[in-house]
Amino acid sequence: MKIKWVFLSIILTIATVLTGCEPLLVLDPKGPQAQIQADDIMLSIWIMLFIVIVVFAMLAFMLIKYRASKQDKDYEPPHIEGSFIVEALCIGIPVIIVVFLSIMSVKSNYEVEATPKGYEDKEPLVVYASSSDWKWHFSYPEENIETVNYLYIPTDRALEFKLYSYGPITSFWIPQLGGQKYAMSDMVTTLHLAADVPGEYMGRNANFSGKGTAENVFDVKAMPPAEFEEWVDEVKATAKPLTEDKFEELLEPGHLGRSTYTGTHLEFSPPPSSENGGHDHGSNKSQAEDEEHADHDKSSEKHSEHDNH
Amino acid sequence: MEFFDRFAVPHPSPAIYASMVAISLTALAVIAGLTHFKKWGYLWREWLTTVDHKRIGIMYLISALLMLFRGGVDAIMLRAQLATPDAKLLDAQHYNEIFTTHGVVMILFMAMPFIMALMNFVVPLQIGARDVAFPRLNALSFWLFFMGAMLFNISFVVGGSPDAGWTSYFPLAGNDFSTSVGTNYYMIAIQIAGIGTLMTGINFMTTILKMRAPGMTMMKMPMFTWSSLVANLIIVFAFPVLTVALAMGTMDRLFGTNFFTTDNGGMDMLWANLFWVWGHPEVYILILPAFGIYSEIISTFARRNLYGYKSMVYSMVVIAAYSFLVWAHHFFTMGQGALTNSIFSITTMAIAVPTGVKIFNWLFTLYKGKIEFTTPMLYAILFIPLFTLGGVTGVMLAMSAADYQYHNTMFLVAHFHNVIIPGVVFAMLAGLTYYWPKMFGFMLNEKIGKWTAWLLSIGFILAFMPMYITGLDGQARRMYTYSESTGFGPLNMVSFIGAAIMGIGFILIVYNIYYSTRYASRDISADPWDARTLEWATHTPVPEYNFAAVPQADSIEPLWDAKKKGHVLFKDKFEKIHMPNNSGMPFIIGCIFFAWGFSFVFGLWVPLIITTIGIFVTMALRSFEKDHGHYISVEKIEETETKLRGAK
Repeated sequence: MKIKWVFLSIILTIATVLTGCEPLLVLDPKGPQAQIQADDIMLSIWIMLFIVIVVFAMLAFMLIKYRASKQDKDYEPPHIEGSFIVEALCIGIPVIIVVFLSIMSVKSNYEVEATPKGYEDKEPLVVYASSSDWKWHFSYPEENIETVNYLYIPTDRALEFKLYSYGPITSFWIPQLGGQKYAMSDMVTTLHLAADVPGEYMGRNANFSGKGTAENVFDVKAMPPAEFEEWVDEVKATAKPLTEDKFEELLEPGHLGRSTYTGTHLEFSPPPSSENGGHDHGSNKSQAEDEEHADHDKSSEKHSEHDNH
Repeated sequence: MEFFDRFAVPHPSPAIYASMVAISLTALAVIAGLTHFKKWGYLWREWLTTVDHKRIGIMYLISALLMLFRGGVDAIMLRAQLATPDAKLLDAQHYNEIFTTHGVVMILFMAMPFIMALMNFVVPLQIGARDVAFPRLNALSFWLFFMGAMLFNISFVVGGSPDAGWTSYFPLAGNDFSTSVGTNYYMIAIQIAGIGTLMTGINFMTTILKMRAPGMTMMKMPMFTWSSLVANLIIVFAFPVLTVALAMGTMDRLFGTNFFTTDNGGMDMLWANLFWVWGHPEVYILILPAFGIYSEIISTFARRNLYGYKSMVYSMVVIAAYSFLVWAHHFFTMGQGALTNSIFSITTMAIAVPTGVKIFNWLFTLYKGKIEFTTPMLYAILFIPLFTLGGVTGVMLAMSAADYQYHNTMFLVAHFHNVIIPGVVFAMLAGLTYYWPKMFGFMLNEKIGKWTAWLLSIGFILAFMPMYITGLDGQARRMYTYSESTGFGPLNMVSFIGAAIMGIGFILIVYNIYYSTRYASRDISADPWDARTLEWATHTPVPEYNFAAVPQADSIEPLWDAKKKGHVLFKDKFEKIHMPNNSGMPFIIGCIFFAWGFSFVFGLWVPLIITTIGIFVTMALRSFEKDHGHYISVEKIEETETKLRGAK
């Protein structure tokens, strides 16, 4: 038994030394939603640690006290059926813990699924984040700009991400701002985040989506609102417009660096039409598609005119 | 030549070519060996056509150990690739194929047959029966499982492995994104094995409900039998869902339907829901028999009755019911809203309560006991703390808001390995060591066994504890590489070292089998562990008919009562015993199913139609066959009994 404790302590030491230098991303929140999650995680770790210690201590006690080598040769262990009180305790205490954690869990569920607390006064910034093999496209409908593989966001303003995918299921995740949510091809999901602190954060697709999953990352930069406005203006002044052809090209499977466009793909390639798990079925969809195509033809005409200039 | 192109591996590597050569050479060596030693007849008569639950159990066991090594080699390759940042050992495609096959092989073709092995061998003995209720169906179950497993395993040398993860989420697993035949293998091989499992479920439920020894009421059944009953009940309810999901997936891939596609009304998350409606109960199918094994072992080596028998039984029934109410916790991040997540969060946490009851009952079984640290007991003792860690991280994952941060990360990977390895794998190795003398007539070496248990535990801790940390640091699962700047390097190296230590542990198991086969004493009693239940009341090796006379059970521990309280186990005189005949039909049906599956995978429609007809013809032949089994005469029984008593 001793060897085990030695090993456990070695591992704990290694773990602390290795991680001591920098806090773990998830436990180093830079936004209100990530803060809620980090608090939940730490709370549950402490409660679970208590349970683990109780079980370990009971086990150690039983093994030390009742091992055969410590007992009489003739000792005959008694027949014990079970005791109502002991078993009630074994059910009762875990029930109390589970009830407490359930309340915490439900409370946090409603918090992370709503506009972050303290940010309700300002209109949230809506960003459509869509994935394609293996890139992320960020459309800012309000600002009418679009970026690929990088995301600039203002601090101190609620962010509402509308997630969907041009392919396999992906999961949009910025650990320091909050937990992830799936992006799927047939519905739009909403993820509420906000950044408290300016800084650069790691964002990635966390869900396996084929060969390029590992490199399916994006950079996130949170900056004060004024700086964000400046950036938007700069993009509008310098970036090229996103044409449908260009977007089709971007959707081709592969990896790309960052790029920036004016206009968004939302006009010619709208997100799946209904939210909250609504689905397009059968004829409705094909009808919608037909209309889309009609629109496409017009818009591509426009673009070609544009090019002639 | 064009016809044969489809069988080529789309993304070959030297390792795959080496495997092809190795597989061919092994097959040749086996065929040559069987011919040289003139063992074909023996193989056919004694094994391929057997309907004896003990032999079927041993065949399951051999398959499980083989698959353990297949899955284990996969695991080592995965950890080696991740051991250093930006490693080039495997490319993304190979990594994806390997983690997919690792998952499928370990869950469906290692853990499941391992449990089937112990269930087959132990349950009829434990309830004092002569065989299972439907012996020939049992053989068919085995052969369907085996052929499914083999079909899945040839994928990496013929046509390409599946590469969409063991969960095979659509649309990734659909034709658009998974172009090789790999996922066809997944759909069809698991389907074939799954049909076998479903039949086992029906078979064992019937056996346990109808064939118990006189006096053994439901609440006097040994704990492993109870756990098997509950697990088989879950099988019967859960596997049809998998059957349907796989059929839909197969149709999407081969017949152009749109159940799970991205357009024409397909719903990709429907697959995820169906998969986990089966998948979550599946983990309880694995863990409950494991709990049963631990209950037997802890009670035997604490030299005490199992504490809180009734609450153990009720907690298992409650777990079984809950197992169908928690599936959505596998995708809290799907966006189904706070209310749905809250409901599934609470049901998931609630499972911790009955599981906790079991942990405490095992601890109280040790209380006032006389604990002997044999190898099986060592596994059980190591299981309790390690499994507790896995259990509490499960509760953490159940908090759905926090799960947005754990989901799809190494934290999750650490958690489920933390419950499956100490929970299921240790239980199976403990059960293997515990029942080995009953199966083969000699004991496995205790010293090597204990070394194995310690190495596996230390390796396990080193391999998986770091993943909790890297998970919280943002390392997503299923990434074939990471850059140095992420800082995941050192901890992943620790994981690799742990995996290597576990690898040594598994090699020691093989060495132990070899060593003990050569050197262990054959002079052991029928009850070498001084155990408490009926399976130890018959001879070693167990005669074909299990018990010469039907045993009488008046309590949970009839053998213990016989030893201590003078309970009379065998009241009856010998009577002639009715036994089932061997049959080649299950094996033949299995082979036809293999050909059927292979044709299906590659869309070879003509062979598919022929084999489909073949399946129905063999089934019809079986239906019209008049086979009433045979009787073993009293003289023959007496002869066997005298010999076995003398041999001991």
